[in-house]
Amino acid sequence: MKLRTLSASLMLAGFGLVSHSALANISDDVIRIGFITDMASVYSDIDGPGGIEAARMAIADAGGEINGKKIELIFADHQNKADVAAAKAREWFDQQKIDMLMGGTNSGVNLALAGIAAEKKKVFMAVGAAASDLTGAQCSPYTAHWAYDTVALARGTGSAIVKAGGKSWYFLTADYAFGHALERDTANVVKAAGGEIKGQVRAPLNSSDFSSFLLQAQSSKAQILGLANAGGDTINSIKAANEFGIGKTMKLAGLLIFINDIHSLGLNVTQGMQFTDGWYWDQNDETRAWSAKFEAKVKRKPSMVQAGDYSAVSNYLKAVKATGTDDSDTVMKWLKSNKVNDMFAKNGYLREDGRMVHDMFLMEVKKPSESKGPWDYYKQLAVLPGEEVFTTLAESTCKLIKK
Amino acid sequence: MNRQAFGYVLFVVFLAAIPMLGIYPIFAMKIMCYALFACAFNLLLGFTGLLSFGHAAFLGSAAYASGHAIKVWGLSTELGILYGVAIAGALGVVMGALAIRRSGIYFAMITMALSQMVYFYFLQAKFTGGEDGLQGVPRGTLFGMIDLKNDLNLYYLVMAIFILGYFIIWRTVHSPFGQVLKAIRENEPRAISLGYDVERFKLLAFVLSALLAGLAGSTKMLIFVSATLSDATWQMSGLVILMTLIGGMGTLVGPVLGAFIVVLLENKVGDFGAALAKLTGVEWFQRLGESVTIVIGLIFVICVLSFRRGLVGEFNAWIEKRKGTATNVT
Amino acid sequence: MITIFGIPLQAFLGQLLLGLVNGSFYAILSLGLAVIFGLLNVINFAHGALYMFGAFLAWMGLSYFDLNYWVMLAIAPLIVGVFGIFIERCLLKHLYKLDHLYGLLLTFGITLLMEGLFRSFYGVSGQPYSTPEALRGATNLGFMVLPNYRAWVVVASVVVCLLTWFVIERTRLGALLRAGTENPRLVEAFGVNVPLMVTLTYGFGVALAGFAGVLAAPILQISPLMGSNLIVVVFAVVVIGGMGSILGAIVTGLGLGVIEGLTKVFWPEASSTVVFIIMAIVLLLRPAGLFGKEK
Repeated sequence: MKLRTLSASLMLAGFGLVSHSALANISDDVIRIGFITDMASVYSDIDGPGGIEAARMAIADAGGEINGKKIELIFADHQNKADVAAAKAREWFDQQKIDMLMGGTNSGVNLALAGIAAEKKKVFMAVGAAASDLTGAQCSPYTAHWAYDTVALARGTGSAIVKAGGKSWYFLTADYAFGHALERDTANVVKAAGGEIKGQVRAPLNSSDFSSFLLQAQSSKAQILGLANAGGDTINSIKAANEFGIGKTMKLAGLLIFINDIHSLGLNVTQGMQFTDGWYWDQNDETRAWSAKFEAKVKRKPSMVQAGDYSAVSNYLKAVKATGTDDSDTVMKWLKSNKVNDMFAKNGYLREDGRMVHDMFLMEVKKPSESKGPWDYYKQLAVLPGEEVFTTLAESTCKLIKK
Repeated sequence: MNRQAFGYVLFVVFLAAIPMLGIYPIFAMKIMCYALFACAFNLLLGFTGLLSFGHAAFLGSAAYASGHAIKVWGLSTELGILYGVAIAGALGVVMGALAIRRSGIYFAMITMALSQMVYFYFLQAKFTGGEDGLQGVPRGTLFGMIDLKNDLNLYYLVMAIFILGYFIIWRTVHSPFGQVLKAIRENEPRAISLGYDVERFKLLAFVLSALLAGLAGSTKMLIFVSATLSDATWQMSGLVILMTLIGGMGTLVGPVLGAFIVVLLENKVGDFGAALAKLTGVEWFQRLGESVTIVIGLIFVICVLSFRRGLVGEFNAWIEKRKGTATNVT
Repeated sequence: MITIFGIPLQAFLGQLLLGLVNGSFYAILSLGLAVIFGLLNVINFAHGALYMFGAFLAWMGLSYFDLNYWVMLAIAPLIVGVFGIFIERCLLKHLYKLDHLYGLLLTFGITLLMEGLFRSFYGVSGQPYSTPEALRGATNLGFMVLPNYRAWVVVASVVVCLLTWFVIERTRLGALLRAGTENPRLVEAFGVNVPLMVTLTYGFGVALAGFAGVLAAPILQISPLMGSNLIVVVFAVVVIGGMGSILGAIVTGLGLGVIEGLTKVFWPEASSTVVFIIMAIVLLLRPAGLFGKEK
């Protein structure tokens, strides 16, 4: 019996394995970009399929090819699991020979991807993630952190609120890299401005019921409830806070708000909320034009992350065209010595530690009466210059910075 | 050399040749780890008759323990793996002692609940990194000599571990101890009446299964240089049950085949879905790829209803029928 | 500010009430599981997925057919019940002659199927569902603001549980059911259609899960994953309470919800594991469960 079974299994296994590898394409005459993001979970509206579309738009606008080499985009869903993302990235680097890896939302995933890209010495563009560690303690010569990070958000929103009188804070934090980073960076800003942290509670990512966490927050008697979470978690905590009347004793401070969240919650619940954003579709003619093209395909206005996806891809392709190669070191060098000037950022630049420094904006949610229609949600209150809100080189914990 | 041993030798030769055949080594290593995990699980289910619904706890705890030991404490790779295995074994003793107090369905539910408790602990503990997982564990060197960052070297180490684990299981099954386990599975009251301390045997089997599952976990951690929460979820426990079910409970080779099929499935469902989408023009099939869960659920249902003996089991039964000898119906 | 063991009274009572709300869900779900296990000897792993199905039905009713909460509260359990009957007739009944573990594995497979399908169609981030008009708003109880809807959840659950207990323990139908559990052959000999009873019992058990789902819709996010983490806790509840008694399942469910709520106040990190810890203790001291009888 056993021999037959073994040989049968062997044949089956052999066939399967060999056919698997035969399907893997090994081609280097193509500029291949791999994009891993959350396609169906908490952050899928902010980036997800819309982000993929934005990347495609960038490729199309670059002409679909560079010097005769075709540009190809492959994508995958990380399901908010660092190991799924890591395995996919590894396979893409080893088997599909991708030239550039892009990270969508989820900071934990991006940190894992940055490590793998550094190991394989390939360009990694983190767009959707927020963790400042990507250009801090975990920086790498191959990482470019494009759109925003927790420090910029904390400095923008945190200082604005403390200045307006919100001195005692309690944090409701998503229990993973991003949440911890946002909480930590905001707490630092609050304390530096003379405020006080009354406490924090960590909720698992994707929590469905925030009621008990909110009650704990309420009993702390802090003035401000800092929501160190994003996406669906932010929406649900704001909804639950409304249900329990938290707003009567505490002011809600959303530390990372995307336009999709406002769209989901409605202006009634969110009017007057102040927060920091990196980009808005209604800022100028260029942004409006691009957003209209995006809306035609995706049926909703783009978020900062999706605009960032477009910008990251187009700048990468610009670098490849200018240098005539997809060699990572050459490309990174070019990116770090040329300004970023597109519909996403004006006079932005990629720093030595991988941080793309550009202006951020202090926004306030319009009242329902002030809004002319869907997606017309923000008033821009102030421009926050990049040098002021991102971590300065002097403060940086990145080992690449020579001090 | 008898035919069985010859078959095994052939298989080992095939395994050793895999990198030369152009097969992605990481893919093959992943299969071997899961195969070891499934074989360890099958020791408990197929040979002792105990359905544990919480085996992922051993996979996960060994992965985290060895990852932490290597990355943070700076233990060498071999010691790190041993440490992971030991932790899984210790957890096995605790979980086993509690779960064996009940039998059948209760046993399954208790193992599930206990492993969920372990999962929640991992979710909150600082050292695991929670949602982000334990990342960037250095692979180190084997005995200070062989650099394991090289995928090829690692491949042979994993192959050696897999063969060792499989051999341990094979030896256990073909020993007096293994016979008692089978007796317990077939007819526990009779085994008791024959004077065997059934509880002790069950616990021993449970701990052995946990140790080997832990070995699979530590090895998997080494391949992916990370340990994450999904190693310890009940979905992972369910996956190993499926591997054993598809392959054939109570056979030695079955779980290996089952593991291979399931891993292949996970990788290929996406392509299969895309092909179906092009064929039928139904856009939804594209998304099927992203939902391995649906396919796994479907296979589970089909297997339990009409394919209980698993591939290897059915194959064996067919061979027996052709030979004309009677077979045991499960 | 009044404090109990150093915790402000407000927080304490607030978490207690939230615990009671959670406990109601545990009670209804473990009741359904106990009823199904009692008669079919099947551990219905799919209970969590069917609870999720009930919640989704409520949402679908509102989004596609404009049917409000109250209508769905009545219809959804029926639909889930019928679906359950279909599962039992077509799939489960083939496994009765076999080892009970196969029933568990089959329902596990069904869970994966259902969760996968819903996940594929609707994603994981969840669908919004607002509280019905009549139950909106909150009552200020002095020590906390309690949303009216949550109070309704507790009331509705307790009523349904007590009704079920009454039917099973105090009516002739219930007596037949209990007799069928003890000795199906004999009951069949008396002319009772036992297979029909079994099917309807399964349908009823899962209808209870569907009911809980509709109750949960306005409070929790309606997500395909809402059942899975809940079901494992419910299993632990059932092991603690023991499968023998209906009242036991109800009391244990409510009690554990309250204990969990209290743990959130005194020792928040342990709140997700306290039920399992209790289960471990009960297993050591009283393996048959608090209210169980050794089967």
